[in-house]
Amino acid sequence: MTFLNHLISGISLGSVYAIIALGYTMVYGIAKMLNFAHGDVIMVGAYICFFAVASYGLNPIIGILLAMLVCTVLGMLIERLAYKPLRQAPSLAVLITAIGMSYFLQNSAQLLWSANNKMFPSFLNFGGTTGISLFDGQLTIAWTTLVTIAACVIIMIGLTLFTGKTKMGKAMRAVSEDKGAAQLMGINVNTTISVTFAIGSALAAIAGVLLCSSYPILVPTTGSMPGIKAFTAAVFGGIGSIPGALLGGVLLGVIEIFAKAYISTQLSDAIVFAVLIIVLLFKPTGLLGKQIREKV
Amino acid sequence: MSLLNVEHINVYYGAIHAVKDVSFHVEEGEIVTLIGANGAGKTTTLQTISGLLHARTGSITFQGESITGVPAHKLVSRGLAQVPEGRRVFLQMSVQENLEMGAFTRSGSEVDQSIAEVYERFPRLLERKNQIAGTLSGGEQQMLAMGRALMSKPKLLMMDEPSMGLAPILVEQIFEIIKELHKAGTTILLVEQNAEMALKIADRAYVLESGAVSLSGTGKELAESDAIKKAYLGG
Repeated sequence: MTFLNHLISGISLGSVYAIIALGYTMVYGIAKMLNFAHGDVIMVGAYICFFAVASYGLNPIIGILLAMLVCTVLGMLIERLAYKPLRQAPSLAVLITAIGMSYFLQNSAQLLWSANNKMFPSFLNFGGTTGISLFDGQLTIAWTTLVTIAACVIIMIGLTLFTGKTKMGKAMRAVSEDKGAAQLMGINVNTTISVTFAIGSALAAIAGVLLCSSYPILVPTTGSMPGIKAFTAAVFGGIGSIPGALLGGVLLGVIEIFAKAYISTQLSDAIVFAVLIIVLLFKPTGLLGKQIREKV
Repeated sequence: MSLLNVEHINVYYGAIHAVKDVSFHVEEGEIVTLIGANGAGKTTTLQTISGLLHARTGSITFQGESITGVPAHKLVSRGLAQVPEGRRVFLQMSVQENLEMGAFTRSGSEVDQSIAEVYERFPRLLERKNQIAGTLSGGEQQMLAMGRALMSKPKLLMMDEPSMGLAPILVEQIFEIIKELHKAGTTILLVEQNAEMALKIADRAYVLESGAVSLSGTGKELAESDAIKKAYLGG
């Protein structure tokens, strides 16, 4: 039963990684850049929700929506101000800018909201309980865990439908394959990139709230480690691939929790990254990454 | 008024002067071809017209309006479509989705109508409707690239080396299709290395040599010119 418990917490943590990884993978797929500031957008989302709920007493749903709104605008602004001017620049310049943006967000958060821990409120109580009890209390699953997994599933289905069925979603796939050819179809590449950042950042806000619901200590560096791990998850699953982000995220979460439970708490992160290195040694494109062969 | 008027354009890649003072025009209903060797500036010229590259000097007008410096994605709805060099279909998308992308600037039931027309012209594509474009043969991909460009109902269809890398029998087929499209009323600007085939179907032709127009005339004149025969037709 403890095994099942660990598995469920692993999937839940992995779901958060997967939601964050989507932001990395979609932006990489379309703009061919690694947005290292993505993890810090999560932190901003968590702070916005925290203040809305804990300081202003707003309904948590409003808090989440507000966090999504702020992050969407923030993500689009970051892209417009920091990355768009570098569209023709070497990728190293963009990478350094993204890292700089990450520190800028962390330090701004520290300046605005101080470095002190904030206790994220737990608002996922249904009928006064914090979870459901199964098998005579041998297995307890927190509502937070269930909501996190459900959110991940819904987001995945939503994104799959969006990229598969809608005009904008298909245009995004076209841009990710061939920017020039997409432009020749009349697709505005800048708009597509902007929309991608908006979606990724809104998802980051959701991830931030879910993450802090499970791990409630909120500081300006809250987003940094989950951000790196979600990036790892994206690479693990095959960067640029949406199902890859899901698979990579969930696997990473499960591996991390199992490593913590059965091997060593201190070594869990080392084990996670070791697994990544091993997978990449054997499959450099990640688990679901595609090697594109060009037909001449 | 010419449908397309290119006047004295100069295009650079950094310090490289790729297109030098090139001027030409395309009249409504014509097939005009730009021929020349590899690196003569043919593709650069096309990409400058379609807005993927920008001319440092010179002007381009389309239907009497200046399109110099207008970004590529805004030109499609004005009636300009390009079949790019190397086809560049979206390999991970289905045939149908590729065609839908071609109609990105249009909407409604007209799109379905156009898709039906493309399938009628290219029955092979209909057979492979739900197949991923990456699994098509080279010839089928070329048909898809042409069909995709037709989806925007262009007034001017620009084709960049449609015969490249295809078996001779397929080259014949592709040129047949170009002739049919022309008969159906599409104005065509064709860039080709296969000068012989291109000159056969072209109303007028321009020869590009190291970035500049070196000769021009009707397709027939150029096909019979000694200089062309020597340089491009192996005679």
